[in-house]
Amino acid sequence: MARYDRAITVFSPDGHLFQVEYALEAVRKGNAAVGVRGTDIVVLGVEKKSTAKLQDSRSVRKIVNLDDHIALACAGLKADARVLINRARIECQSHRLTVEDPVTVEYITRYIAGLQQKYTQSGGVRPFGLSTLIVGFDPYSGVPSLYQTDPSGTFSAWKANATGRNSNSIREFLEKNYKETSGRETIKLAIRALLEVVESGGKNIEVAVMTKENGLRQLDEAEIDAIAAEIEAEKEAAEAAKKAPPKET
Amino acid sequence: MKLDTSGLESAAPVWGAPSELVGGFSAAPSFELPNTTDFDVFQKEAVKMVKPAKGTTTLAFIFKEGVMVAADSRASMGGYISSQSVKKIIEINPYMLGTMAGGAADCQFWHRNLGIKCRLHELANKRRISVTGASKLLANILYSYRGMGLSVGTMIAGWDETGPGLYYVDSEGGRLKGMRFSVGSGSPYAYGVLDNGYRYDMSIEEAAELARRAIYHATFRDGASGGVASVYYVGPNGWKKLSGDDVGELHYKYYPVIPSTVEQEMVEVAGA
Repeated sequence: MARYDRAITVFSPDGHLFQVEYALEAVRKGNAAVGVRGTDIVVLGVEKKSTAKLQDSRSVRKIVNLDDHIALACAGLKADARVLINRARIECQSHRLTVEDPVTVEYITRYIAGLQQKYTQSGGVRPFGLSTLIVGFDPYSGVPSLYQTDPSGTFSAWKANATGRNSNSIREFLEKNYKETSGRETIKLAIRALLEVVESGGKNIEVAVMTKENGLRQLDEAEIDAIAAEIEAEKEAAEAAKKAPPKET
Repeated sequence: MKLDTSGLESAAPVWGAPSELVGGFSAAPSFELPNTTDFDVFQKEAVKMVKPAKGTTTLAFIFKEGVMVAADSRASMGGYISSQSVKKIIEINPYMLGTMAGGAADCQFWHRNLGIKCRLHELANKRRISVTGASKLLANILYSYRGMGLSVGTMIAGWDETGPGLYYVDSEGGRLKGMRFSVGSGSPYAYGVLDNGYRYDMSIEEAAELARRAIYHATFRDGASGGVASVYYVGPNGWKKLSGDDVGELHYKYYPVIPSTVEQEMVEVAGA
């Protein structure tokens, strides 16, 4: 097996591209990220490691704009993310220049995935070690979308998804609890999902919402704490209801 | 980090293109320069000599119901009429038309190339390309060949999600959005009739008649325009050819000959 690690252009005898799989491992070690699509809103949430006291937290934004109507969150190697995001931002503007139209979410996802794939089929380079969650609104129809890409270069659309650390548990939670929501309900669902694997508190998660009218908005700590408190209260009420014996038969 | 400008890359062929991954600027297209003392003057004279005068009349305008496109069908080489039946309205795809003025080969080839690009865009993005986008693609290509002798003066007319669209694109790299255009040597005459008779809220028949008359008047005065006046209409369901009338016959339709009494008749002189 060791022989097939060297150059990623080589398949292993059982059909694996090991470098790509190792890249996926790097993603699995990255911070948890979750994305949820509502009817009129899309929400991205990312686990935030506690910032060092002397660090300026504003310089480590994990959820970024690709254009006025598209945002991205990722899990994995942050340096790779920076390079990929820069290329994607240039492509968004280049598209506006050549066809006088903003990109669709699908187009830019296809571009990013294509870029990730290119680096799995060339000599002397390694794949990008990150999976991305891309959200946005279609510039004409106003339909919200959520897409995910991974180091192999595959992409697909999702109603809700998670990537990074413990993404399987988050995804299980979303599968059990997803329903079509809008506005604040969608934000609550995203935060609930993220709180399954992250210690509660506004300090440890970063949440951003995007609406058609107002673009991307980062939620501040106070807002996140308020919603987290609401979620806690709802959970306790549900527990209490379960424990109390049913009065009517 | 090198700027990724692949969206702005020249469409002209390049020898030894750099590796895709490293993605840098592609070398500007070039060819060998002749030995002259003053190249700029030489270039201007060469262009003047080679540049075919855009001997044609084409016009297009947007009105309430959509876009009306019309053209003549004469091809001339100097004073010689090489054809009276040239198709100057090119069907790029079922909902977009292009007009031909300038070099016939240039127009035909690049319109066909544009049709290919539009179709590829549809397949990749699962939606039709807008008229804005299509005209921009053509303008970018023509700009990259600027100064190399292409002669194209075209109008892209179509109907997309935002409604009717009309753009003028030429081989200098210019691109203009507008409601009314006429291109070619007969365009001043066509503009006279078109601008005089234009109203936004015309019916399709009225607009077609205006377009037909404008082409006819241009062919009457301009020697390089003639043949058949074709009129096309672009609506929400795509384009449709409305008419193709010989301008000679149109002349007698607009100005019928009224037989009148003869003042003097010539008679055979009895053999002297």
